[in-house]
Amino acid sequence: MTEKTIAESARLRHEYLRHDKKFPHVWCPGCGIGIILGSLIRAVDRLGLNKDKLVLASGIGCSGRLPVYVDFNTIHTTHGRALTFATGIKLANPALNVITVMGDGDATAIGGNHFIHAARRNINLTAIIINNQIYGMTGGQYSPTTPYGSLSATSTYGHIEHAFSISDLAITAGASYVAKGTVYHVPALDKLITGGIEKEGFSVIEIMSNCHTQYGRRNKMPDPVTMMKWFRDQAVSVTKAAKMAPDELAEKFIIGVLADRDKPSYTTEYQHIRDRALKVAKNE
Amino acid sequence: MGCEQSGKTCLLQGNEAIVEGALAAGCRFFAGYPITPASEIAELMSMRLPEVGGAFIQMEDEIAGIGAVIGASLAGVKSLTATSGPGFSLMQENLGFACITETPCVIVNVMRGGPSTGLPTSPAQGDVMQARWGTHGTHPIIVLSVSSVIDSFEVTIHAFNISEKYRIPVILLSDEVVAHTRESITIPDKSEFEVVNRIRPGVPPEWFHPYEDNSRGVPPMAAFGDGYRHHITGLVHDVHGYPTQRPDEIDAFQRRQFRKITNGFSEIQMTRSVMLDDADIAVIAYGSVSRSALRAIKMARERGIKAGLLHLTTLFPFPRRIVDPVLRKCRAVLVPEMNLGQISREVKRVNLSAKVEKLNRLDGQLITPEEIFEKLLTL
Repeated sequence: MTEKTIAESARLRHEYLRHDKKFPHVWCPGCGIGIILGSLIRAVDRLGLNKDKLVLASGIGCSGRLPVYVDFNTIHTTHGRALTFATGIKLANPALNVITVMGDGDATAIGGNHFIHAARRNINLTAIIINNQIYGMTGGQYSPTTPYGSLSATSTYGHIEHAFSISDLAITAGASYVAKGTVYHVPALDKLITGGIEKEGFSVIEIMSNCHTQYGRRNKMPDPVTMMKWFRDQAVSVTKAAKMAPDELAEKFIIGVLADRDKPSYTTEYQHIRDRALKVAKNE
Repeated sequence: MGCEQSGKTCLLQGNEAIVEGALAAGCRFFAGYPITPASEIAELMSMRLPEVGGAFIQMEDEIAGIGAVIGASLAGVKSLTATSGPGFSLMQENLGFACITETPCVIVNVMRGGPSTGLPTSPAQGDVMQARWGTHGTHPIIVLSVSSVIDSFEVTIHAFNISEKYRIPVILLSDEVVAHTRESITIPDKSEFEVVNRIRPGVPPEWFHPYEDNSRGVPPMAAFGDGYRHHITGLVHDVHGYPTQRPDEIDAFQRRQFRKITNGFSEIQMTRSVMLDDADIAVIAYGSVSRSALRAIKMARERGIKAGLLHLTTLFPFPRRIVDPVLRKCRAVLVPEMNLGQISREVKRVNLSAKVEKLNRLDGQLITPEEIFEKLLTL
């Protein structure tokens, strides 16, 4: 690191991490969530968001512990429900910037219903989904994104369910902005998160992250470096993927901005409802 | 539809009166999911809230409904949700979150026959214990009941006031009969009722500890966006709002939850006594059944029986200080309920000497004045 980057990193830590919160954090050494926290802080800093007007909401699991470390308005909600709380916060005070951080099981198993409906409503929230393909905190049970054939604490003979793609689900459900990144491709990740926060409407940033402790250890990737290399080798950028044949992409996943479309957000639409209701009330 | 002007007399059903009460109390957010017999509350809210600058949203289920309600309250807006038995069961998880984070909100449960889909269009009072004990863990909660249209208006205002003052979720139990009975009501002027708002912090942000104890046991509450950046969590937390495992901090936190309610018993515990002064037989009732009970004691009086009524608005914390003298004075007490005996158990817990009798119906029908009267004759 150069002197300049060290100084920059110190500034970000001072500006955005809570000084009265006891460190160390709860995550395992080498966990990808720390990288995502860094990316999120850089995105917020780049956008110059007012910390007083920023709300960070999470659910339960390793990802759920992220908000407590940052100096925003933070809320650690119940399992799978972060988007429901965030919806209430945003509607009650649309001037707030509301970001949610969820895990794969959190957002798409127990919270799957909330996730598709938040996307369908296109409510102006940013959903960061940390996909480590496993339930980490509870001890490595399979999640909706655990790959077929993988070993986990609840699939000791091999996983017989098929994973679904969070990004594809978000696109189909109607999110305005859908992006996918990894903890290996960090500068790109900073941009994806920045883009998601900036976007009017529902934004999803799915981030492949390493849980070497619970997933990698059981699936021949027992350390962060091996998992990082796996992300490097499996990820294909959107532009590159466009030139590849479907069978070449079979074992890969696509990273970058997967959907970016403009439609009015829920809070904008709701303001129209208020105007209409007032007009009707006056005429009565 | 609705009755927005004060001073105007309207014909409203209980569900509509709850909406008017909520709006009068300053409620500006509703999130919920349709369910019989509570849906009218959501329907009217969807019309009325945007008129007053509030927000309504129909969520994907009741879990999401209460989640959004808690979120809106944390953003500083008084919030309401309304449901019936099955939806109320779904809300229990997040209700616990509202308890542990001390987030004011009001949850209406218009009771219908159960369990499960049960009797969607018939009245019952089977959710009394679920209201008290439905969510997990040790927690205090406030449960109020309504028995008429005017009650639905007034008690809803009380529900919000208590919720704001003590930072606690308040469950408002209605039932299918109260919800759908139409009665005339004159909406009082704003000056005729009190509206309580949560206390906001007065200290500079750097001095603010979101869960610091004080003499009331109720810490001032900052809204997201107020400049008091703080952490809210469903984990047991210290005065800063951060998770703690320290036994002394955990114990102090848990006990404060109960202390703040104990401090407020005198205003939280609402009851109404009718002809109890000289009574030697009393009926203790709540909800729509209290209407039948009122009629029944009048019938008994006409027969020369000294009967009286203790009508409970507050079910929990159970108003034992008010029930106790009734039990001491009367030789027999009758507790009619549309369940097999939920509040009667609480009455028996207080009881020292009086005979406590039950009268129960489980068939989806309201207990009639005649039934209560007949039973009184046997006591």
